[in-house]
Amino acid sequence: MISAQPFFRRALWAAILLLGLGWILFSRSGADSATSGPSVAPQPGFLSPAFELTDRSGRLVSLADLRGHPVILNFWASWCAPCRAEMPALQAVADDYAASGLVVLAVNAAFQDEAADAAAFLSSHSLTLPVLFDRDGRVSRLYQIHSLPTTFFIGPDGVIRQVVIGGPMSAASLRIRAEALLTEAP
Amino acid sequence: MLPTLRIGPLSIQTPGLLLLIGVFLGLSLAERFAARRGLPPERMYSLVFILFLSGIAGARLSFAAQHAAAFRAAPLSLLALDPALLDPFGGLATAGLAALVAGRRWRLSLWATLDAFTPALAVSAVFIGLANLASGRAFGAPTDLPWGIPLWGEVRHPTQIYQAVGSAMILAGLWKRFGRPALPGNLFLQFTALTAGLILFLEAFRGDSLLVAGGLRQTQVLAWLILAICLGLLEQRGFAPRNE
Repeated sequence: MISAQPFFRRALWAAILLLGLGWILFSRSGADSATSGPSVAPQPGFLSPAFELTDRSGRLVSLADLRGHPVILNFWASWCAPCRAEMPALQAVADDYAASGLVVLAVNAAFQDEAADAAAFLSSHSLTLPVLFDRDGRVSRLYQIHSLPTTFFIGPDGVIRQVVIGGPMSAASLRIRAEALLTEAP
Repeated sequence: MLPTLRIGPLSIQTPGLLLLIGVFLGLSLAERFAARRGLPPERMYSLVFILFLSGIAGARLSFAAQHAAAFRAAPLSLLALDPALLDPFGGLATAGLAALVAGRRWRLSLWATLDAFTPALAVSAVFIGLANLASGRAFGAPTDLPWGIPLWGEVRHPTQIYQAVGSAMILAGLWKRFGRPALPGNLFLQFTALTAGLILFLEAFRGDSLLVAGGLRQTQVLAWLILAICLGLLEQRGFAPRNE
């Protein structure tokens, strides 16, 4: 390539660029490259998996019923230090944006947490945001939770916008993401 | 997919770990050839340090400026160890500016310095593919091919593996040139052209492409432009070896 005559080299560059243009046109997107749509997976661009869990008062909460609202779905446990650290910021966001329609759900990984410890943590920090209990781990498996905390930011159409694995998320980070979800709300 | 690695009570984010390993190995390789490009290794590491610090500071300040209200409500977030609160373009601009100032002060040649860092970029590119495989990002379109991998509810092209293998081939192809004298900048331009060509080709198999008018994939269009610029610069600058 280096020793090629300039004419042949330029012809090669032109051929490469033309081939590239042809490839761009040939590989224009079909339906399979769009990730939004009917597919369900715990990944940005996909529909959030549906579930039902009970809250602190035993009431059944269904994610599907919240369609039309932006949702922040946070998986946590009381033994998880980053989960505990970010919970006050989650509570603040839940309070500040509730009137705008934002719903914050804190899913306690109850299958690997002590109920008494979780209750003590919630009461010691005066946390009033909706807490759901994943007692058999089904929802954690559905959302492929590998570490805590993990937080899903779900748009009003039910499509996951962002996933944050690990923490603690800063208050500013939560607010910015919450506002981004709300700007899309119908 | 292995987004986190659990070691006892520790939960390590595998993609981040792979990227760190890639940068470490890349810089170790670049160190072997840096002096031949007129960049002493200690100066190379000083430059990396400056790039890192100025990049992080610039990225955070730029992000905060764009979301001033959120940071006014939670000012301590300015110091939070949260990679989401970074603006990559602000970081790149600040790091580039700082590198230019340092380079001018140390009288470094821009093209020779870019050449010196090319081995690090080439190794890092391989690990970016592996990090994407660990996180499940940059995933492929559904396929019936026998080497498809199950991911996000479908059997898909293993685009992350394609990316890692393609980048490893570029690394192997350029390996002998890392220490060979050449016109300053040509090594970097060749690496960039090959990588842009690889991305242009592989993007066709992605299942998460950003689309522009007519269903064109944005990344392919950008990669084609970068490829054209690199080939143009290589042609304009010539291929004569450096007189030393």
